Amino acid sequence: MSRRILLPVVLALAAAAVTAISLNGGGAQARTQDSKLTLVAYSTPREAYAKIIPEFQKTAKGKDVSFEQSYGSSGEQARAVRSGLKADIVALSLEPDITTLVKAGLVNPKWKQNKWEGIVTRSVVVFAVRKGNPKKIKDWEDLVRKDVDVVTPNVQTSGGAKWNVMAAYGAMRKKGRTHKQAVAYLRNLYKHVVSQDKSARESLQTFLAGRGDVLLAYENEAFFANSKGQDVPYVIPKATIRIENPVAIVKTSKNKALGGAFLNFLRSAKAQQIYGQNGYRPLVPSVLKQFKYPVRPWLFTIKSLGGWAKVDKQFFDPNTGIVTKIQKETG
Amino acid sequence: MLAQGLATAYLSLIVLLPLAALVWHAAGGGVDDFRAAVTDPQAVSALRLTLVASVAVALINAVMGTIVAWILVRDRFPGQSIVNALVDLPFALPTIVAGLTLLTLYGPTSPVNVDVAFSRTAVLLALLFVTLPFVIRTVQPVLLELDREMEEAAASLGAGSFQIFRRIILPNLFPAILSGVALAFARAIGEFGALVLITGNLPFETEVASVYIFGRIESGDPRSAAAVSVVLLLITFLALLLIGALRRRVTRHDAVA
Amino acid sequence: MTRLRRYALRFIGLGYLGVLLAAPVGLVFQRAFQDGFGAAWDAVTTPAAKHALVVTLIIAAIAVPANTIFGIVCAIAIVRHRFPGKNVVNVIVDLPLALSPIVVGLAFLLLFGTEGWLADLPFDVVFALPGMVLATIFVSLPFVVREVVPVLREIGTEQEQAAATLGAGGWQIFRRVTFPAIRWAVAYGVVLTTARALGEFGAISVVSGRLIGKTESLTLHVEERYQSFDYVGAYAASVLLAMLAIATLVAMTVFRPKEETR
Repeated sequence: MSRRILLPVVLALAAAAVTAISLNGGGAQARTQDSKLTLVAYSTPREAYAKIIPEFQKTAKGKDVSFEQSYGSSGEQARAVRSGLKADIVALSLEPDITTLVKAGLVNPKWKQNKWEGIVTRSVVVFAVRKGNPKKIKDWEDLVRKDVDVVTPNVQTSGGAKWNVMAAYGAMRKKGRTHKQAVAYLRNLYKHVVSQDKSARESLQTFLAGRGDVLLAYENEAFFANSKGQDVPYVIPKATIRIENPVAIVKTSKNKALGGAFLNFLRSAKAQQIYGQNGYRPLVPSVLKQFKYPVRPWLFTIKSLGGWAKVDKQFFDPNTGIVTKIQKETG
Repeated sequence: MLAQGLATAYLSLIVLLPLAALVWHAAGGGVDDFRAAVTDPQAVSALRLTLVASVAVALINAVMGTIVAWILVRDRFPGQSIVNALVDLPFALPTIVAGLTLLTLYGPTSPVNVDVAFSRTAVLLALLFVTLPFVIRTVQPVLLELDREMEEAAASLGAGSFQIFRRIILPNLFPAILSGVALAFARAIGEFGALVLITGNLPFETEVASVYIFGRIESGDPRSAAAVSVVLLLITFLALLLIGALRRRVTRHDAVA
Repeated sequence: MTRLRRYALRFIGLGYLGVLLAAPVGLVFQRAFQDGFGAAWDAVTTPAAKHALVVTLIIAAIAVPANTIFGIVCAIAIVRHRFPGKNVVNVIVDLPLALSPIVVGLAFLLLFGTEGWLADLPFDVVFALPGMVLATIFVSLPFVVREVVPVLREIGTEQEQAAATLGAGGWQIFRRVTFPAIRWAVAYGVVLTTARALGEFGAISVVSGRLIGKTESLTLHVEERYQSFDYVGAYAASVLLAMLAIATLVAMTVFRPKEETR
């Protein structure tokens, strides 16, 4: 073989090899997809799914099903799916993140229309405090005391932040304040916010690093941190919002039936029990009873505030949202 | 020639195409969108912090880098060759690991009770770490090659060491220092991994441009991200041009003198 | 220079290196092994960690040879041939050094993502391995070229021309004359490229889908473990990466161009 053509041939072979390896490594369309599900989820339930998935694989429907999993912050994962991350199932932190996928044509607009309304786990917003609660933070009014600094993530990038804000607003309404007064409270609250991290997990890190006197967090996030050896004492205010974490099938999935089976399994007693062991409040009442989660007298849902579709626009619209405006004011 | 063709094809695909897509998307929304994206207060704050921190780090490196290069060339001490090899560690170590190592020693779990996490000091610290080798490695070869005769002559004429350094050695080192400074600056301006864990990425406080851009991507706003990226690029190029021009001036000066 | 001044300089210089470099890295090693070697080993042999290591190695195994071949070809083209736009090529090759890795990742995202020009390829690029490989190739592109170009310039064309007049063909000349002259520069460039490829974080943060076992690299794994409060896991993976880095350092010392050593 003439030497002159050897180099291009070698390069061509190398390019082919490279492509082959990458495609194989990427596990893309080359393989049959009959029995694989890609789960794209937010970061907290990672350990829960690590246990739930094998349990699913023990069932008849789940036999021989392989899983690919990706975990990251909820908004980040939604963004990734919108930008091309191939997923079969998305399990995110709050409904608006799924709504962005609906708007992008990736999730069926009717995804919520089942008896669980699209939800798979629940939690509540809590106040994470310092050891011994030196500032005696018990309720929402304490957050706007002169000597209290609050840590909460940035609503522009974190779903968790939105839950926190609506918990604050809703608590005020629950206590009889008018809309205007509740908004005034929010404005006051933001004056005390000392940090606005990108995600709920990062705000937890910030709090653990010593910033602020109180962190607005999910109960299950605090549970998670505690289970990992961090010390995160928390207080659940009497008035707080029920956090509902949604899960949905992606329209472009090639395994919708299988995905549906998995979603059903997630609401089974077995899966719900695993969620409960990981700090979530199970959906299924009989399972919920097994865990001694404190019941809050003034628990409310996002529905009572108008539902996410309305709330997201009213409060968090990037231009006209109430909170967006407050953020700009307080800097 | 085939080699040229291949080189150009590879370059176009890998380097130019993505960059073209970046610029195109940045401009995609028109001038108004671009302007809105780059004048966003958080963006401006991030860019300013990046610029100030990078300049500070470049200057610190100019001084400390020269000192370290000096002790590696002009001095002799046990373990010198190990120290010399270690200087490249920031280059070989992944940035996320670099950040984690600094966080471990100078963060909340510090065994020596030094906690600079979530502060601007942390930004400086992380940037100093990753830019450590640059000035050292550009100055070392020049120092090595320096002809000692002039220094010895000056000494015999009664010049003090500092005078010798200032009048004879430094002018020779200056172009090399500038080269290193340019590399350090370019590196500092774009740094991401080392900053992610230790600075807390607090908007308006410790959020640098690369983190802000990442935040914009995460928020599903790649257009703003692209716009700010373009500004960052322009700043980098401008700075590199400036440093390059300064370097040429100094070298020419040197040649004339 | 007086004794005092010498010691002062030594103290300042070494102190700086100690505080900035040696102490932090040393502490991570200590923390990684503080619960014993077994705990560190367990942390680094979890399925997720093992997968992450494999992903990182695969990416490097593709990016490094690609950039080596390109680097040599490009260096030869730059030094030995005239073609229009040669100076531009020079600048472009150095570009990756001036770009923030986040910007690199974003650029690839915009090119291959859902609304990009190359969005509808038959295989996945972003959020899959190819995207990570491309981004890694981009950021580690310049090193072989930059190391080989000065050497090529220095050795000149005499030997190659002599070989040509003696009847050697292009490939023979390269194999027998050019390559042996540049091989240490190539080796050094390969080491630099490898270090950069193994350590990439920013660009792949943007284009990775963090798919465990597919697109979660060892560097992303370090971040993830830290965010999940698994500090031993984070430190153990960091130590692994640090050991790869130190191996790179050793190789750098061995292959470093002679003007820089003593």
